[in-house]
Amino acid sequence: MNMPPSGLPALPRKLYARRPDIFPRAIDGFFRRLKWVVMAVTLAIYYVTPWLRWNRGAYAPDQAVLVDLAHRRFYFFSIEIWPHEFYYVAGLLVMAGIGLFLVTSTVGRAWCGYACPQTVWTDLFLHVERAIDGDRNAQLRLKKAPWTASKIGRRVLKHGSWLFIGLVTGGAWVFYFADAPTLAHDLVTGEAAHVAYATIAILTATTYIFGGFMREQVCLYMCPWPRIQGAMLDERSLIVTYKDWRGEPRSHGVKRSDESGDCIDCQACVQVCPVGIDIRNGAQFACITCALCIDACDQMMDKVGRPRGLIDYATLEDCKAEAAGAAPVPVTRTLFRPRTLAYFAVWSAVGLAMVFALGARARLDLTTAHDRNPLWVQLSGGDVRNAYTVKIRNMESRPRTLRLAIEGLEQGVMWDSLSDATAAGRMMTVSVAPDQVEAHRIYVRAPGRGPATEDFHFIIAAADGSSDSARDEARFDRPEMQP
Amino acid sequence: MTDRKIDEATGVPTMGHEWDGIEELDNPMPRWWLWTFYATIVFAVGYCIAYPAIPLLERATAGTLGWSSHRQLAEEMAKGQAAHASTLAALAKVDIATLDPKSPLMQAAVEGGRAAFKINCAACHGAGAAGTRGYPNLNDDDWLWGGSRAEIHETLMHGIRQPGNDATRMSQMPAFGRDGILKPEEIQAVVSFVRAASHQETVGGSARRGAALYAANCAMCHGTDAKGGRAFGAPNLTDAIWLYGGDREALTATVTNARYGVMPAWNKTLDAATLNMLTAYVHSLGGGE
Repeated sequence: MNMPPSGLPALPRKLYARRPDIFPRAIDGFFRRLKWVVMAVTLAIYYVTPWLRWNRGAYAPDQAVLVDLAHRRFYFFSIEIWPHEFYYVAGLLVMAGIGLFLVTSTVGRAWCGYACPQTVWTDLFLHVERAIDGDRNAQLRLKKAPWTASKIGRRVLKHGSWLFIGLVTGGAWVFYFADAPTLAHDLVTGEAAHVAYATIAILTATTYIFGGFMREQVCLYMCPWPRIQGAMLDERSLIVTYKDWRGEPRSHGVKRSDESGDCIDCQACVQVCPVGIDIRNGAQFACITCALCIDACDQMMDKVGRPRGLIDYATLEDCKAEAAGAAPVPVTRTLFRPRTLAYFAVWSAVGLAMVFALGARARLDLTTAHDRNPLWVQLSGGDVRNAYTVKIRNMESRPRTLRLAIEGLEQGVMWDSLSDATAAGRMMTVSVAPDQVEAHRIYVRAPGRGPATEDFHFIIAAADGSSDSARDEARFDRPEMQP
Repeated sequence: MTDRKIDEATGVPTMGHEWDGIEELDNPMPRWWLWTFYATIVFAVGYCIAYPAIPLLERATAGTLGWSSHRQLAEEMAKGQAAHASTLAALAKVDIATLDPKSPLMQAAVEGGRAAFKINCAACHGAGAAGTRGYPNLNDDDWLWGGSRAEIHETLMHGIRQPGNDATRMSQMPAFGRDGILKPEEIQAVVSFVRAASHQETVGGSARRGAALYAANCAMCHGTDAKGGRAFGAPNLTDAIWLYGGDREALTATVTNARYGVMPAWNKTLDAATLNMLTAYVHSLGGGE
């Protein structure tokens, strides 16, 4: 099949274009093996992670990575994130964004070519297709073949396998949100929540459609990243390049002459491309730089006895120099330059700040909210009473006994709504359950004569021997008109 | 449309316009995009048939599913009431005066009472129950008719000064000035006595004259020590809390014309569970006895 340039449909013009069928040929080589490794590692991480266990004691789940939406906790190995600490997730997103800039400006669209889920699952689907239908030529033949029992059997097997992969993919996702062994049992016995089945159904459908049918169309039409990446690349970024000064003019083996370039026009680079482009047309937005065309071309160059690297990872700057006759530049040079170092500095600064904040964060906290309606209450004895809601957060996975006290506000005493004013004092003991926020309604009484507003602090300190403590500012209000 | 060029590099026609030398290629849309678009139209048609959508003169089309936001609200209200039914049944039967303050039922009563208070009581006592002049603050520790749960419940049931209700709270203060029982200077002496009793003034000659008048006219209800009498709803005159103000002018007006509060007898309009919940809530505000 002769692919039109850039994978675009040929004239005559139609308003709406069918997706051209792409049957990438299997290939082996350095970059293909790298792709295998990345695929194995990323898929393993995705499928295995929810099954890892992590002992947190009796009061917390033992799943290593768990997004517990019902209780609003996020567990990541030894780190436990509370909702008010969600800025760690924001920090990770910032790091992911800058990391993408760093990688792109250094080695081009390595994310797209190797690590993007769309690429990984499309690749997986392609391998399944090849295992059932055979390689490119067999697939082309099978497409034209009549609907015999054998073809129907192969089609059923292929789509069944794809749907199975989709099901397993969607199924793995829900395990991140609940205890995996329990949920697996519930899913099989039909006792799991509706939302779990709905999530699996949706992800099965999207995996099947995106991996089996949409494939490169997701990158071309739906993904914003190819449109942005142009801003990340410069003339010193590594990209997959066809060295036209070496390859042109192209020739088939029989017609070669002294003027012929190295390119033998064998179409191998086009046939292996999963996006269906011809890299010899130059750098283009559809190229995900998976580098399979490099493997294909290198194989051909070996066969015809020409040096490798007609299609190669190179920077535009080096390409220009090489075309002018300079020696090839080692690719490592592109890694260290002001732009990449600046990205790396920002990226690692965010990372270090997060690690530092993670190490220094408190696992005991309190917040106070002053009753506003009424702001103060005149008591019959002449004192004034204010009410506060004090929320105590015990972010550790063990029950804790704490001392709540007021600091400042001389002559002020407090009691909580479950006891009465006879229990009033400057300090009280509270027990907080593991991993819980507990709200106490606290009354504070102080003499009616004094400033209209007076600042003081609520403090909590551990009564269990540790030095943990926290404090929060509060305000005591009095009537402005004083008798 | 102006004449369309074919782009040399790609063989694709251009849209026929350019900005700063950049021309837009007229590439066709992908077909799946078209089918997705058709699918949204089909969905919209189905939606318009199933749900209220097309506005008519009076109201919109009903939709074959019969869904409406009013009906959904009614269903959800019914669902909420069904969910609370067992708690409310238990609250209707419980003796609120002796219910364990730390029990879950009491917590539920306080929360339910908070909502019921805002609907029934906030108009006079304020959303935070802080009251205002003439309407008692329910947060404080001063009670005209008593602040225990039993007494609060009694007040809620029968109200204050409700005609035709034998059990209603009835306070009767004579209008000492208007009815000519005391002369203006005698009233001033009583006011001086009350202000001295509440430590707002030092005891002087006027207060000493007022003491005898107080003993003769006021002590029967407000007590010989002026600490009030809950049987008559007579306020404590020695504390710092004043329902109508403790300054000389307000006290003079009170003694001259008398003051009466009224409150509805809520047993006519509210059910037993709501009365119990309101009792629990008012008692929990910080001044309950």
